[in-house]
Amino acid sequence: MFWLKRNLPRIVIAPSFGVIAWFVYGFIFWTIYVSFTKSKLLPQYQFWGLDQYYRLWSMPRWHIAVENLFIFTILFIILCVLIGIILAILLDQKIRAEGFLRTIYLYPMALSFIVTGTAWRWMLNPTLGLEKFAQDLGFSSFTFDWLVTPGMSIYTIVIAGVWQSSGFIMAIFLAGLRSIDDEIIKAAKIDGAGLISLYTKIILPMMRPVFMSAIVILVHLAIKSYDLVIALTAGGPGISSDMPAVFMTQMAFHRSEIGLASASAIMMFLTVSAIVVPYLYSELKREDDRK
Amino acid sequence: MKKIIAIFAMVLAPTFSYAGSSAEVLHWWTSGGEAKALKVLKDDFAAKGGAWTDMPVAGGGGDAAMQTLKARIVANDAPAAAQIKGPTIQAYDREGVVAPYNIDAVAKAEGWDKLLSKQVASHMKCDDGKAYCAAPVNIHRIDWFWANKKVLDSNGIKMPKSWDEFNAAADKLQAKGIIPLAHGSQPWQDATVFEAVALGIGGNDFYRKAFVEADAATLGGPVMVKIFDQMRKLKNYTDPGSPGRDWNVATAMVMEGKAGFQIMGDWAKGEFAAAGLNPDVDYYCGTTPSDNGYLYNVDSFIFFKVEGQDKVEGQKLLASLMMGQDFQKVFNIYKGSIPARLDVPMDDFDICAKKSNKDLNTAAKKGGLLPSFAHGMTLELGVKGAIQDVVTEHFNSDMSSQDAVTKLSAAVMAAS
Repeated sequence: MFWLKRNLPRIVIAPSFGVIAWFVYGFIFWTIYVSFTKSKLLPQYQFWGLDQYYRLWSMPRWHIAVENLFIFTILFIILCVLIGIILAILLDQKIRAEGFLRTIYLYPMALSFIVTGTAWRWMLNPTLGLEKFAQDLGFSSFTFDWLVTPGMSIYTIVIAGVWQSSGFIMAIFLAGLRSIDDEIIKAAKIDGAGLISLYTKIILPMMRPVFMSAIVILVHLAIKSYDLVIALTAGGPGISSDMPAVFMTQMAFHRSEIGLASASAIMMFLTVSAIVVPYLYSELKREDDRK
Repeated sequence: MKKIIAIFAMVLAPTFSYAGSSAEVLHWWTSGGEAKALKVLKDDFAAKGGAWTDMPVAGGGGDAAMQTLKARIVANDAPAAAQIKGPTIQAYDREGVVAPYNIDAVAKAEGWDKLLSKQVASHMKCDDGKAYCAAPVNIHRIDWFWANKKVLDSNGIKMPKSWDEFNAAADKLQAKGIIPLAHGSQPWQDATVFEAVALGIGGNDFYRKAFVEADAATLGGPVMVKIFDQMRKLKNYTDPGSPGRDWNVATAMVMEGKAGFQIMGDWAKGEFAAAGLNPDVDYYCGTTPSDNGYLYNVDSFIFFKVEGQDKVEGQKLLASLMMGQDFQKVFNIYKGSIPARLDVPMDDFDICAKKSNKDLNTAAKKGGLLPSFAHGMTLELGVKGAIQDVVTEHFNSDMSSQDAVTKLSAAVMAAS
């Protein structure tokens, strides 16, 4: 009985631990292995070396995808954080109907990326949406055709992504702002700090952990972004707005290149780990220090 | 659950000869005419006492279905039949998941070799062409022009017999403010137009060398430059809303008279029929200019290795029904294609289908009967994808024809 009592937590945790060990970590290792094989239509297990990685990096389409990933990730994070902070600070001014406004800004998060992508596809389509609307109003020289212009379509994905996610980042920052001790703010005000210097010099620097968690959330959203791209541009026009996740699905299920697809998946995995692992390490270390 | 259904079927229908046969069929024909067409098969199967387990996986033109299928095969639980076509059939055979070719006995007994043209039959055979492992249900033609009759007639335009004639007609329409070419610039649609142009400008032998044999010299040669030149012209005949548009939206533009022509396979006919329009009355179905060329896409079902007598019987019944005269007729009237089986009377088909059937025979005699690469009837999927990438990149940018050709041969080399 005593034994049971002592080990109950472990017994309860064991099944989910086992499931995660197999279905997450097990399959990560499986994918790593498959990326070293010649797998085409179905997975094969004969070792083939690094050839899939050579092939991957010699494909122009993969380079387009990686370049787009960098454009998207950087702009997406900067804009989301910037808009999120500004909205959070504005909402923090003890305004009326705050709950109502907060819900409005947070609402896009309740939509799936597919819905966001489809709605924005209609709005940005030059023959249906904004451009036609403005021209019908009489601004006949108005053009906004990024969606159908190669090289610009990636920015439409940024617009839709930012619209979707900045409200969520606002909520995170608002929670952060609320957790700051009132005494500090009062003290700063007594010392004569204006509103701007109060935020830039005191409050925002105190919110470093909030920045970190917001950025980690945004990074992984950006790297695995698939549904938004599919719904908005489907990688087009041509292949100009291709992203690694789209590339991977295409290779695995459309082109019978499972080995190549695994190699691209591993490249994405490494990118995420390169950002998340140092973060986790520093966070966990800080917790250890506190003990 | 499957077992319960099978037992149920056995108990309910003990007098039928095929009692106890069951089949799980994976497909992505879930919309409109396609679903109706498939229901014919389901009903036939049930009438013969079989237990049909439907496994429709909609979405993404088969992408979702491919994911499901691969997961099932890796888990050693392949469905009885799946909607697979072209060289992918033989690729699955090489993976060892198709043998021992359960339907070959049916095919031999029914004499499929006589019922199918050599070309179609060759796509259905595994084991180096020794055994049947798939059943064809239709033949789609790809190289069609669909045109609005009123628009053409009122502008004094006839269906073009050469690409120069088409360019002249398109210039005329453009001057009148009509979009000459309704097109949805998605990669597969760009490739569809590209292969029709390649067949016309390059000719039959060129097409075979480039897209069946993937010959590097042909892919990188001067003829290919001319083909990309024509693609650039076609791009200028489309409207700015074209990128990403679905094919049926483009078809609607032709119906409404907003656009003159569309280049698309004969599934487009279903859209015209659904709108109550008739060929030669409201619209023209003509072929894109070529020297008796005919690009075909044969939809088929592959039959995997399965365990259990009831499943093997189910596969045999299914294969036999799919090749049945009745099914081939009804199915293809719904689907807009023509029967794969040669001896189906064409009386009940419309004039476009009759033309398709006649052209098929002519093309076969003159060496113009060729597999569509854009629809996965030839080339490995990786090579096909590489060509498609270059075609769509060229079509949607200001890349020069020469650059496109250089990229094309490099991409094909890298992929194969």
